[in-house]
Amino acid sequence: MKVKQISIFLENQSGRLARVTKTLGDHHINIRALSIADTTDFGILRLIVSDPEKAWGVLKEQGYTVSATEIIAVQVPDHPGGLAEILQVLDDCGINIEYMYAFVGRSGNDAVVVFRVENIDRAIELLQQKDVKLLCGKEVYNV
Amino acid sequence: MLWNPEIETMPRHELEKLQVERLRRTVERVYQHVPFYRQKLDEAGIGPAEIRSVADLARLPFTNKQDLRDNYPFGLFAVPKDEIVRVHASSGTTGKMTVVGYTKSDVNTWAEVMARTMACGGVTNKDTVQVAYGYGLFTGGLGAHYGAEKIGAAVIPISGGNTKRQLQIMADFGTTAVACTPSYSLFMAETAAEEGIDLHQLPVRVGFFGAEPWSNAMRREIEEKWGIKAIDIYGLSEVMGPGVASECMVQDGLHVWEDHFMVEVIDPATGEVLPYGEKGELVFTCITKEALPLIRYRTRDISILSNGTCACGRTHLRMHRVMGRTDDMLIIRGVNVFPSQIESVLLEIGETEPHYQLIVDREGNLDDLEIWVEISERLFSDEVRKLEQIEGRIRREIQSTLGISARVKLVEPKTIARSEGKAKRVIDWRDVYSDGNR
Repeated sequence: MKVKQISIFLENQSGRLARVTKTLGDHHINIRALSIADTTDFGILRLIVSDPEKAWGVLKEQGYTVSATEIIAVQVPDHPGGLAEILQVLDDCGINIEYMYAFVGRSGNDAVVVFRVENIDRAIELLQQKDVKLLCGKEVYNV
Repeated sequence: MLWNPEIETMPRHELEKLQVERLRRTVERVYQHVPFYRQKLDEAGIGPAEIRSVADLARLPFTNKQDLRDNYPFGLFAVPKDEIVRVHASSGTTGKMTVVGYTKSDVNTWAEVMARTMACGGVTNKDTVQVAYGYGLFTGGLGAHYGAEKIGAAVIPISGGNTKRQLQIMADFGTTAVACTPSYSLFMAETAAEEGIDLHQLPVRVGFFGAEPWSNAMRREIEEKWGIKAIDIYGLSEVMGPGVASECMVQDGLHVWEDHFMVEVIDPATGEVLPYGEKGELVFTCITKEALPLIRYRTRDISILSNGTCACGRTHLRMHRVMGRTDDMLIIRGVNVFPSQIESVLLEIGETEPHYQLIVDREGNLDDLEIWVEISERLFSDEVRKLEQIEGRIRREIQSTLGISARVKLVEPKTIARSEGKAKRVIDWRDVYSDGNR
């Protein structure tokens, strides 16, 4: 139930993001979800892509600093309060969220939100106990 | 104004006679009391008895900063510990300090040469001298203090910082002379402008500026903003501290107090002594110091010597303001910084060879250091918080090991230009050595 995310270090300069996305496009890698965390000097681009391994390889080759992280993708009921219910579950289980972002595509009628948590194995176990729907890597990469 | 007219205007042949005598005595003393020098002199095949003229100085072996570090802390001292009355120190390349010591007589000599320096700027016992150099292990504060006190001026030992209070005291106490780094004087001028204080209305009429390189353009700026005469002074703790050489009101080179310090300019590559007028590395020999008499100490500072009596009447050789360094040492806010020191901090944090670059600039009038560090796979994290922690850690380590604050910027790999051979680690925008007439 773990999903692989690719993170890239980017300086805060124009054209940097365009270059990364072009590299992925050139290699027929599809972006499923993304988020950017930024400071004045740099940003971290986080990506869920159709082929994380390949993406990691081509970006490395281009000289980027890349890391692969495991995250969880949660299917969130697409109605008011849907996300709140999920967050409540996480909170009840004492799971601290490092960061989260939403999916570009959807799974059926539901929205998908990506979470990075501290203890991923424990989080998966607890969420499954509470019947929260998690997506596996394959489901996510091929949405 | 001359403090010691007899010495300061001494005819050259007499001065040289005095120098040879003192040099021979010094070599005798280090030969007897410092094993390091005995070995070096034996190796060079020259003994004290063979020193008969000023030219024999060139036959003596060089001493450098590494020798001081190798003999840390007191290995080069030529007197027993109980004769030492003062110890100062400065930071070294590897974090090991360069320690220097003074006997009672050395402290007197220091006060004497600093008194001459202050007299060069017209200071008398009617003056009030505000010493805004740092007091402490750094020689600036106490050096200027003793010199002004010897003249009989009223000394305000305020040390550096607390700028608004500095200005307040200047106005209230009637400060007529100020001693600090040139960049701090400009910072004070900026603060004065913000506070609506007109420096031209203050009684300050002269400033003694040293401890960092500065340009003629900066001198003009200081003189205009303050309405004072800006005197360039020179010194280094290994030789004495401030007071090794000073400009006079003619401002045509710095008089080296040659009855205490013999000076040469050498080709840094070959060690060969260069004639007057040629640019090279300054080398000093202490000929009256008791505690730590260094023989032919290589300063790494680049300058030119000129002879001939100055319009002020002084006969001592003059050195051109320092025009650069033969090593990669930077002086940032008065602190000596070697890129290798920063490198070792980064090595400790990253455990790999870091690609980094130092960007030095003058923000307003204060030196500003930015350190660019290429992010490595090892340091990278997908969490901003962790990357910011790394920046913070580097910043704190730099602060604690070098004593200066720096901005740290993580950059993408290959951002920093790779050059063939030696990496260009430093970009210095300050242009501190520029002179206009080099």
